[in-house]
Amino acid sequence: MSFSSDDVTRLAHLARIDLADDEARDVRAKLDAIFGLIDALQAIDTTDVEPMAHAQDVSMPLRDDAVTDENRRDRYQAQAPAVANGLYIVPKVIE
Amino acid sequence: MSEAATTIAGLARALRAREVSSVELVRQTLARIAASQPALNAFITVDPEGALAQAHAADVAIARGDAAPLAGIPIAHKDVLMTAGLRTTCGSRMLEHFVAPYDAHVVARLRKAGTVLVGKTNMDEFAMGSSSETSFFGPVRNPWDAACVPGGSSGGSAAAVAAALLPATTGTDTGGSIRQPAALTGVCGLKPTYGICSRYGLVAFASSLDTPGAFARTAEDCGLLLTAMAGHDARDATSLSRPGEDYVRLLAQPAAARPLAGLRIGLPREYFAAGGVEAEVTTAIEGALRELRALGATTVDVELPMVRHAVPVYYVIAPAEASSNLSRFDGVRYGHRAAAYRDLDDMYCRTRAEAFGAEVKRRVLVGTYVLSHGYYDAYYLKAQKVRRLIARDFAQAFARCDVIAGPTAPTCAFAIGAKTGDPVQMYLNDIFTIAANLTGMPAMSIPCGFTSRRLPIGLQLQGNSFDETRILNVAHRYQQVTDWHLRIPSPPPRARGDGAERSEAGEGTAR
Repeated sequence: MSFSSDDVTRLAHLARIDLADDEARDVRAKLDAIFGLIDALQAIDTTDVEPMAHAQDVSMPLRDDAVTDENRRDRYQAQAPAVANGLYIVPKVIE
Repeated sequence: MSEAATTIAGLARALRAREVSSVELVRQTLARIAASQPALNAFITVDPEGALAQAHAADVAIARGDAAPLAGIPIAHKDVLMTAGLRTTCGSRMLEHFVAPYDAHVVARLRKAGTVLVGKTNMDEFAMGSSSETSFFGPVRNPWDAACVPGGSSGGSAAAVAAALLPATTGTDTGGSIRQPAALTGVCGLKPTYGICSRYGLVAFASSLDTPGAFARTAEDCGLLLTAMAGHDARDATSLSRPGEDYVRLLAQPAAARPLAGLRIGLPREYFAAGGVEAEVTTAIEGALRELRALGATTVDVELPMVRHAVPVYYVIAPAEASSNLSRFDGVRYGHRAAAYRDLDDMYCRTRAEAFGAEVKRRVLVGTYVLSHGYYDAYYLKAQKVRRLIARDFAQAFARCDVIAGPTAPTCAFAIGAKTGDPVQMYLNDIFTIAANLTGMPAMSIPCGFTSRRLPIGLQLQGNSFDETRILNVAHRYQQVTDWHLRIPSPPPRARGDGAERSEAGEGTAR
């Protein structure tokens, strides 16, 4: 398959990564090569094969519905770029 | 350095006999790390004060006689495993200043076992790479030839053990990130069965594949580390609840003339007929198989017809999971935030553009694409179906054999920069290692020879799920009759100048 520059722009926006023009050109060429590798999968017959999402075929364990996490808010927020009154601060989203 | 001075087992004996103190060991380790750093760049963070305090506590416990099994043993963790109070960067600008608020489960378990944490090792950014060149903190170099890569993504952990800076390091293995660097630096690297070591506190790359594991000089040491690391953890929903195991229990059995009698080693036709395997690698593997036969093992041909699709399957599933996992790095709760932006969306886009490196961006973009509307069935679902076909191949093969052997990597260490421009060539380094991540089965790489340029070659031993003790025992018996694993490069490692060959006289063995 072959990516257009519009494809790359759309993908970069979906991934929320700004790409400079030269970066986008490089990405486009490399995505073409990577999908050249990946597209070989299309030829494999997978009729009636169940997808394998997990390395072990075990069911997810259930735990008691009880609070087990300790309160780490202060430790976590000490790492944040911007906090105030125990809240994470982001640019204004509602006018 | 003697063999005992480079192994956990040897150092643990010396510590208990009070021949050496942990404080002395840690001081020596810190000095070696500092001396190696300009040449190897194996570490991102070193914690001398913390390490000496832990070492002192270990010495007190040893003197009291109530020390934990690995008390006083210096260890370093791959910088993708969270270490409470210590910087955890994942080799990324995104987390350049991130101090982990808690310990990863395997880090906590190794602390409880008495190990002394001296620092965090360098790695490919977010564990995405096969050469340890994509780190924001600069490439790691191979102790056998500083012009070459150590493999990746756990290249710092591999190089640190290879250069005998310390006896043990942790790594993580998503597609070969422990085994391939172990092969390229001449050390032992163990990827256990998925689910027996918790992923809690391992900064996620591809959650269905990520596996914590260990590097050490001997198979016995890998078993000692795994015994300490493995165990159920309710905070990882994929952590398996199983009885505790002593992974070195088979190793203590007395030596026999043919200790591997009855063992069936499967040789996948596909691993030996694969194009691109260097002749010297094939020769070394054949030599190792002769040794294993001499120890009593028999070899049997097995077929893994779907394994040739492992690389494309991986490069759908791993980027898909990565694009989801790395969406958390948005400049809001931790890590880098762009200095200037128009609005919230622009803040996300600029933050991620500034703080992710090129390979991470590419994988996030690939993952975003294969998960996007209209392509999910054709790529992600398709890859998960082929993943099952690969797992079936292995299940059938393990009906005919006990372990599967072959090369860990198709080549020895390559020159820094040789493959950075061609991601597909880089991805093909993992052609033999990826399947064990897709199936969840355990596998390890052990040293089995050198090329004519004195670069290490690794033998991969794969086992059925939960069969770590068996592959460790096979590796151990091999290491009782060979000394490839004991060879260490001469410090300080230097780049080879003008193509001149390294003098063999400069190399030593730990024996």
